[in-house]
Amino acid sequence: MTKFNAWNVFKNGLNGQTGWSRQWRDPEPQSSYNVIIIGGGLHGLATAYYLAKNHNVKKIAVLEKGWIGGGNAGRNTTIIRSNYMMPGSHEFYEHSLKLWENLSHELNYNVMFSQRAHVSLFHSPGAKDANARRYNTMRLHGTDGELWDLNTLKKNIPHLNYDDARFPIIGAAVQRRAGNARHDSAVWGYARAADSLGVDIIQNCEVTGITRKNGNIESLQTSRGVMKGNKIGFAVAGNTSLLWQMAELGNLPIESHKLQAFVTEAVKPFLDHVVVYGVGGAHFYISQSDKGSLVFGGDLDWYKSYAQRGNLPMVQDVAEAAMAILPSIGRLRLLRHWAGVMDMSMDGTFFICKTPISNLYLNAGWNYGGFKASPASGWYFADLIANEQPHKYIQHHHLKRFEQGINLDERGAGPDPKLHG
Amino acid sequence: MIRIKCPYCGERDHSEFTYGGDASIKYPSLDASESEWTDAIFFRKNIKGFQKETWHHLNGCRMWLEVERSTITHEIKSVKPCHPDLQKLMELKK
Repeated sequence: MTKFNAWNVFKNGLNGQTGWSRQWRDPEPQSSYNVIIIGGGLHGLATAYYLAKNHNVKKIAVLEKGWIGGGNAGRNTTIIRSNYMMPGSHEFYEHSLKLWENLSHELNYNVMFSQRAHVSLFHSPGAKDANARRYNTMRLHGTDGELWDLNTLKKNIPHLNYDDARFPIIGAAVQRRAGNARHDSAVWGYARAADSLGVDIIQNCEVTGITRKNGNIESLQTSRGVMKGNKIGFAVAGNTSLLWQMAELGNLPIESHKLQAFVTEAVKPFLDHVVVYGVGGAHFYISQSDKGSLVFGGDLDWYKSYAQRGNLPMVQDVAEAAMAILPSIGRLRLLRHWAGVMDMSMDGTFFICKTPISNLYLNAGWNYGGFKASPASGWYFADLIANEQPHKYIQHHHLKRFEQGINLDERGAGPDPKLHG
Repeated sequence: MIRIKCPYCGERDHSEFTYGGDASIKYPSLDASESEWTDAIFFRKNIKGFQKETWHHLNGCRMWLEVERSTITHEIKSVKPCHPDLQKLMELKK
C-alpha cells in the first residue's frame, strides 16, 4: 500500500499516477482467525484496526455482508460532537472527538474532519437552563462548551429566521470543537489502515449460521464458507437482534427503527456550522457538505422497521422544520433522501460488553449517535476483546444495566426506543 | 404512507395514528421477580417480518389497535381493537 505523502504525490504527478497500489487487499477467507468481527461498517473496521494497532492481535477478519461502509456508515449526516452528560458516555464521546481530531494523521488518510462548531438553538428559558446545566457539566469535565446569546448568534449565523419563527430563537448552546467529517473517507481510511496491519476485510460475506459448542461459538457459517474464530465480535447495528437470535441468545433491549437523511442540490458556501433545532416535538439538524449540498435530517419514522427506505410524512415534517429556521432554503430542490436502520436501545445509550457466550462480544445500540462514536467504539471494543475487561468508561454499558437500575438515559425519555432521538 | 384499516373509522393514512410498540408483551403479576419485569419492560424480540404491534388512532377515534404488520415491507395482515372484550364485540357485529 503506497503511503500518501508529499513525495509520493510529486513522484506520481511525474509518472502519470501509475505508482499507486490498491488501497486494501481482497483476500480469500481463511478457515480460522483469532478474532472475527462481524460487520464491516465504521465500528467493525475501527475495532479491527485498534485490535491490530493497540493490542498487537494477529489474524483478524472483518466480515461484511455487502460492501464496507454500505450500511449506516454511508447513511448518516456525518455530525461529530461530544455534548453528552451521563457518566461514562461523556468521557467516551469526548475521547472519540479527540480521536477524530488526529484521525487523518493516524490513518494517513484525509477524513476531512472539519471543526466548524455545533450550534444547538434554543427557544425557551427552560431549554436554555437545561443546556446551561449540560454544557457546564461538560466544561467541568474538560470539554469545550459555551452559550451564545441572541446577538452573538445573529453575528455568526445571520440568515436564521429571527423575524417570525413560530418558536422565537433566543440563543444557542455551542460546541466549537464539534463538526463534520467525510463518512466514506473514514470508512476507507480505517479499512486501508487495518488492511496494512494484516486485517482481512472480507466483503460479500454474510453470516448465515452460528454453531455453538460447550457454551462457546465454535464456528460461523457464511456465504463464503465456514470460519472458526477464537473470539467473535458483533458490530452490526440495525441487525443486532437477528444475529443475537442466530446465536440463540433470546431478546435484547433494542428495537430497529429507520432514520432518514436528505441532501439538496449544491449551492455556494451558505452555512458554516452544524445547526440543530428541537422544539415542540420537532427535531432537525443541518450542515453543508464540502460539495455544497445541504445535508440534513430529523426524527425517526416513528414505527419499527427494517426497511432501508423512508416514509413521506417524515419528509414533510423535516421540510417544515427546515423552513421554520432557514426559510431562505425554500427553493432548493432535494436530490436524494434515504433511510438507515438504527439500533434504538431502551435508554438511548449503546452497549459494548461481554455476553452470555464467553467468546462473543457485543457492540450495538448506537441509536442516532453511531457515526461520531466510531473511533472510540473501535478503541474500547478492541480493548474489551483483547483484555476481557471493560474499561471504566464503559463499565455500565452492558445488558444487565436495566435489571440493576442503571439507566443511561441522556434524554430522560424512559424505556421506549423510538423516543431516544 | 402506510394505510391502516381502522375497524371503527375505515382505511386511513398512518399519519393519523401514533405507533405504540410490541403488542406481544405480557406483563407479569405485580409480585413477579425483578428479572421477569426487566424482561417485560426492556427486552424485545425485535422481529424482522410480521409482528403484532399497537397503534393509537390519535387523530381519529382514539382507540388503541392491534396491527399485524411486516417490518420489512410494511404490509398489514390484520387490524383489530387491542382490548379483548372489544375484539369479541367487533366479531359479534360481523
